[in-house]
Amino acid sequence: MRKSALIGALLATVVAAPAMANSDVAKLTADPNNWAMQTGDYFNHRYSKLDQINKGNVGSLKVAWSFSTGVLRGHEGSPLVIGDVMYLHTPFPNLVYALDLNNEGKILWKYSPKQDPSVIPVMCCDTVNRGLAYAEGIIILNQADTNVVALDAKTGKELWKATNGDPKKGETHTGTTLIVKNNVLVGMSGAEFGVRCHVTSYDLKTGKRLWRAYSMGPDSEILVDPKKTTNLGKPVGKDSSLKTWTGDQWKIGGGSSWGWFSYDADLNLFYYGTGNPSTWNPVQRAGPDGKPIDQLYTMTIFARNPDTGMAKWVYQMTPFDEWDYDGINEMILADIDVKGKKRKALVHFDRNGLAYTMDRATGELLVAEKYDPAVNWTTGVEFDKSSPRYGRPYVVAKYSTFQNGEDVNSQGICPAALGSKDQQPAAFSPKTGIFYVPTNHVCMDYEPFKVSYTAGQPYVGATLAMFPAPNSHGGTGNFIAWDAGKGKIVWSKPEKFSVWSGALATAGDVVFYGTLEGYLKAVDPANGKELFKHKTPSGIIGNVMTYSHKGKQYVGIFSGVGGWAGIGLAAGLTDPSAGLGAVGNYAGLSEYTALGGVLTVFSLP
Amino acid sequence: MNKVGIRLFLAAFAACLFSFSAIAEEGEELTGVTAKVVTTDDGRLTQEGSVLEDGKWILPDDSPTFSITKKPTYKVDWYTYNGYRRYHDACHVCHGPDAEGSTYAPRLADSLKTMSYDDFIAVVSGGREVKRPGGGISVMPAFGDNKNVMCYVDDLYVYLKARAVEALPRGKLSGRMREKKPEEARVYDKECYGE
Repeated sequence: MRKSALIGALLATVVAAPAMANSDVAKLTADPNNWAMQTGDYFNHRYSKLDQINKGNVGSLKVAWSFSTGVLRGHEGSPLVIGDVMYLHTPFPNLVYALDLNNEGKILWKYSPKQDPSVIPVMCCDTVNRGLAYAEGIIILNQADTNVVALDAKTGKELWKATNGDPKKGETHTGTTLIVKNNVLVGMSGAEFGVRCHVTSYDLKTGKRLWRAYSMGPDSEILVDPKKTTNLGKPVGKDSSLKTWTGDQWKIGGGSSWGWFSYDADLNLFYYGTGNPSTWNPVQRAGPDGKPIDQLYTMTIFARNPDTGMAKWVYQMTPFDEWDYDGINEMILADIDVKGKKRKALVHFDRNGLAYTMDRATGELLVAEKYDPAVNWTTGVEFDKSSPRYGRPYVVAKYSTFQNGEDVNSQGICPAALGSKDQQPAAFSPKTGIFYVPTNHVCMDYEPFKVSYTAGQPYVGATLAMFPAPNSHGGTGNFIAWDAGKGKIVWSKPEKFSVWSGALATAGDVVFYGTLEGYLKAVDPANGKELFKHKTPSGIIGNVMTYSHKGKQYVGIFSGVGGWAGIGLAAGLTDPSAGLGAVGNYAGLSEYTALGGVLTVFSLP
Repeated sequence: MNKVGIRLFLAAFAACLFSFSAIAEEGEELTGVTAKVVTTDDGRLTQEGSVLEDGKWILPDDSPTFSITKKPTYKVDWYTYNGYRRYHDACHVCHGPDAEGSTYAPRLADSLKTMSYDDFIAVVSGGREVKRPGGGISVMPAFGDNKNVMCYVDDLYVYLKARAVEALPRGKLSGRMREKKPEEARVYDKECYGE
């Protein structure tokens, strides 16, 4: 089985790719022995057909081997396994290792990029990297300093390098890339630095820039067709983005694009979400009339053609953001039953606390429901198609940081700015039809104030204090199962800390995730019952992956605490409204874990 | 130049010379590092020797400090509060909430125990790189041309000082616990941003 997969991989590098997907990536991800993409497959399912490790035996998992990356900061993403080789990445300085699985993980090659350390402080929220991409014998590394580097997967030799931005302006890379046909799709971080973010395509073979689509600006730069691109079924019209900004503010508009991309080959569309408008102070972003204005296309789900970059449809979840509810979280493509009808759906768990189910072909809004009962900033989304407010959320005045104004502390807003879920990707099991979602259970006080823009400097304009959701279990996380057709929580498992690790579902009826204290956990998809846990060397913000080698299934996870979780949680959170007495059971994460990047690989004895 | 402007100018000037002025001598005036935390007769927590000047609390060495009222309700002066919120604008993404530090930047609630006012201004405005044991580099960026930071560098210092000397416990401060924003502060905002 392994042999045939390897031959398949070799063949694919020779045979010309047909029009769909990237045939090599499609083939490699179809073979469950590999973990060929960060997200498992083009649909972002994070599901594996491997079933050697199953509900009955997962309790006896043991550490098979482990590997120190030599880097201390937050380790997001996961390794890739293609055939007999594992490829690992690290946070800044973004080392890459190729390990020989046939030879006890011996290092085949190591790539150490030279990067200017001045990029470190312009990376909001730690120097994370969400991992490598692979196609046709090429490894794509998305470096912090915005260089996109293609490496020969066999030797680690640099094939080409493309510079996507300027860290001196606050432009940095943290995301992974998606390879569709000959396009390497690259996002951008920097909404906290007033960067006008974009998605750019580079040619897989040459590194030549093919197209770039900004998140905001003139139609020709954001690649929307006024007549053909639709928003909730209607053409967006001319200057649809420019009209929603005051003056030149769109030029420092934010709308970062560092989340996990997904792709549907049948529709030839790829999907991603955009982040917050800069600044976090909504008062400075008000319209010319002093009223809220949408700031398109921040906080937006995009469906684009990967060949041209042209947008097919858009949907903005949080118009005129007042809380930093970025829309960057992953879009999961699943064919599921929605309100009694089979749909080609897109499911998205937004930072704003609503889980959206959409028709991914047309962009029709099907479901928008709270996936954490603590969410209070909105009473929900308007579903009446005849209403001028169709598709827009209703904001609760008390929690509107805009209505309360500059220099006013708006209190008890749920969720906090890191959202009911952040980048930590959910898993979907086609076997159960259910989504398994790592979530945050955190609320905040938020106070916007005036800031001025300086290139390459933080452009935030708000302060916030975070605390566990009140009147709940006291922890800051839940791991939940979600029915996206109904918009309902199936079960919810409380966690002491935010679950900042990507989940994995398998055909063995097991769901895996990591915790900030450092546990790798396995639970029963039917009810969330814990079947296995093992404490790894550091807190987990990486994503669980699985592969099989020489007939044996392995489960791998990065530990290495950091990321925004490392900022917000390493020092512990306290509840300012509870005073000092009530925080005894809410000690800091630093009492549980310390830094260190390690890959731990598990198997059955 | 108004008085605040002069103080900022002097601070920046002092920062240029900080390496020469860091050594304290016997009998020297109280500084942010040497002045103890005291409870005043009117029940305020502040540093020994502080006096009110144009609405701000100042030590004999002309460095700013905090004033915290504990009764009947816990309240901090506007500038300490402003330091808190500006800190959580520009600094906390690296240095952690409440100056508690993070996985990759120092806990300023410790650093400000020993760091002088002048050193603080110098590092904030000029930045610095620190080699970490075991490899790796920590980088503090230079904020010298960032008005959001430099206009309020005194306020940041005062807030962090209050944290460092444990006059302000973590998680304690919220928007409800501050003095009203004084008119001088509003005027200063406009002057400093150049409006």
